[in-house]
Amino acid sequence: MLPPIFGVLFDGFAYGMLLFLLSVGQSVTLGMMNFINLAHCSFAMLGGYMTVALMTHYGWPFFATLPCAFIVAAVVSVGFERLFYRRLYRASDLDQVLLTIGIVFISVAVAAYIFGTEQKPLPLPEYLRSSLTFLGLRFAVYRLIMIAIALAITALLVLTVEYTRFGARVRAAVDNERMARGLGIDVDRTFAITFALGSGLAGLGGALAVEIVGLDPSFALTYLVYVLIVVSVGGLGSISGSFVAAALLGISDVAGKYYVPAIGAFLIYLVMIVLLMWRPRGLFGRR
Amino acid sequence: MKRLLLAGVGLFAASLLPAASHAQGTVKIGLILPYSGQFADTATQIDDGIKLYLKQHGNKLGGMNVEIVRKDTGGINPPVAKRLAEELVTRDNVDILAGFALTPNALAAAEVSAQAKKFMVVMNAATAIITTKSPYMARTSFTVPQVNETLATWAEKNGDKSAYTMVTDYGPGIDAETAFQKAFSAAGGSVVGSVRMAVQNPDFSAYVQRAKDLNPQSIFVMIPGGSQPGAFGKAMAERGIDPRKTEVLGQAEIADEHALASMGDVAEGIITSGNYDYNLDNPMNKEFVKDYNADYNRNPDFFSVGGYDGTHLIDIALTKDGGKTDGDSLIAAAKGASWDSPRGPMSIDPETRDVIETVYIRKVEKVNDKLVNVTIASFPNVKDPFKAAMQK
Repeated sequence: MLPPIFGVLFDGFAYGMLLFLLSVGQSVTLGMMNFINLAHCSFAMLGGYMTVALMTHYGWPFFATLPCAFIVAAVVSVGFERLFYRRLYRASDLDQVLLTIGIVFISVAVAAYIFGTEQKPLPLPEYLRSSLTFLGLRFAVYRLIMIAIALAITALLVLTVEYTRFGARVRAAVDNERMARGLGIDVDRTFAITFALGSGLAGLGGALAVEIVGLDPSFALTYLVYVLIVVSVGGLGSISGSFVAAALLGISDVAGKYYVPAIGAFLIYLVMIVLLMWRPRGLFGRR
Repeated sequence: MKRLLLAGVGLFAASLLPAASHAQGTVKIGLILPYSGQFADTATQIDDGIKLYLKQHGNKLGGMNVEIVRKDTGGINPPVAKRLAEELVTRDNVDILAGFALTPNALAAAEVSAQAKKFMVVMNAATAIITTKSPYMARTSFTVPQVNETLATWAEKNGDKSAYTMVTDYGPGIDAETAFQKAFSAAGGSVVGSVRMAVQNPDFSAYVQRAKDLNPQSIFVMIPGGSQPGAFGKAMAERGIDPRKTEVLGQAEIADEHALASMGDVAEGIITSGNYDYNLDNPMNKEFVKDYNADYNRNPDFFSVGGYDGTHLIDIALTKDGGKTDGDSLIAAAKGASWDSPRGPMSIDPETRDVIETVYIRKVEKVNDKLVNVTIASFPNVKDPFKAAMQK
């Protein structure tokens, strides 16, 4: 028999991975491209609705809908990027905030118009809702899968950004656009692809989060705070920073709620404040 | 500055004048609801209930034409609700204020109703004290103590001797906690522990684990409807809490149609207390559910009947007072009004202007492979116990 602390650690880590999946796309757009994209959770919501619609109306299996959520969010985001975002890459932070918060409000209204204002349940098969018992502790299957996917995404992204030619181009384009153009890098295309990657990841995160946090049109706003906390605590421009920050915040949140429920609600913000005072650039921040 | 002041005085004076500018035979209703934001779905359901009643009655209330002005609070926003109520009264010249999904907004608008002497119909907000804040106010939903004290007493009588309470740390949650604990202890049960949970709470695993550690006979839950009931159900399933063994008790929200769909089979056995469910077995409700589905393509819920019956009350009051639209005549006519609703017989308490109705105890069961709330006990003519205690 394991003591209950392991259960708390597992739940906290799983919750952290949920936060990570929701925010990893943002650490690509905000962190790497340096664009303040408050509409991040709108793309996540799009992924969520994609998955729910495919499962309830077309009877697709859950795992088959995940790539779709990624692709649809990515494709739609490229449209937005070409039309709006790219005009503001070098604009001030405030302009970027105004543009993207506008997109958030529009997306909330559009989602309410198309899908209605009610909660959309995700009809998952029973085996995904069951849990495994190991040494006297129960581990939920869905949470285990979430953790596995989060680890896989982290590994893939870190490898792509640090070790591939594409990653090098992105970093070059962000750091010095003129120089990058001079070297023959197609900056427009690089940015479009990076943005699509970030939004696709948002879509995937949204699709995976629905089972835990539910889905209605306010999704685009409700979880934005958590996403921004994770990215800023992790440090701009660092995927592994977001990963560590999400795990840390998740564990402290669950442990706080379990051991001292009276302050449990504030703990996640308290941890954020302490970490940011200690390291204003975030845990792994480069800029 | 001087001109501003003058304008303000003018506005104030205008608001004191009786609203004489109305076209003959038209009643103007100002609806204040959270049409956008987190509680948009609540507003949708209340609004659809109102629309259905008007449609069924040829868009006339008490023989008068109806004009509705809709205002959006965007969520919990008392200053905005108050400003909107003021605008409705002074600028739009409405006769009646209605809607009010959320307690803080209803409390803020109550001041306007009391000062401007406007009839105000609360169609959802369920904190007990709301109706005491304006003598021109009546309510057609329910009160938190009304359903939860009934539930607590019933649970104790049916063999629950120990309970753990879990509520969201906001007005209605704390109201429900107080009501349940009070009635449960009074009946002889013991409350073994309690927790107040964060309002923004996507994950319940830690709270549910705490409840499980104490191993109580029953768990009382009060959380806002929407995304949380589903998340709560899943946390329960993951921890291995089975509502068929550990009694899970709560207010209607935790087992509404969408919550059940998102929880799945783990919901089986949850016991809730409420004033309405679309499965209620009476001919009027069957008709209501059919018409509602025909127009809005979904089932009505307790929000919908709150709006539907609120409109019905306005209809009754205008009929009874012969079309007078001032606050005094309307509230006098509304006091003691009684009618048949899809939820069963209901009336307005002449003393407190609050709703008197049947409280149903329901259990989630699988009927024809679908999870539904099945009524297992019903208590007719329940008054709000909070105000009954206040009067003693």
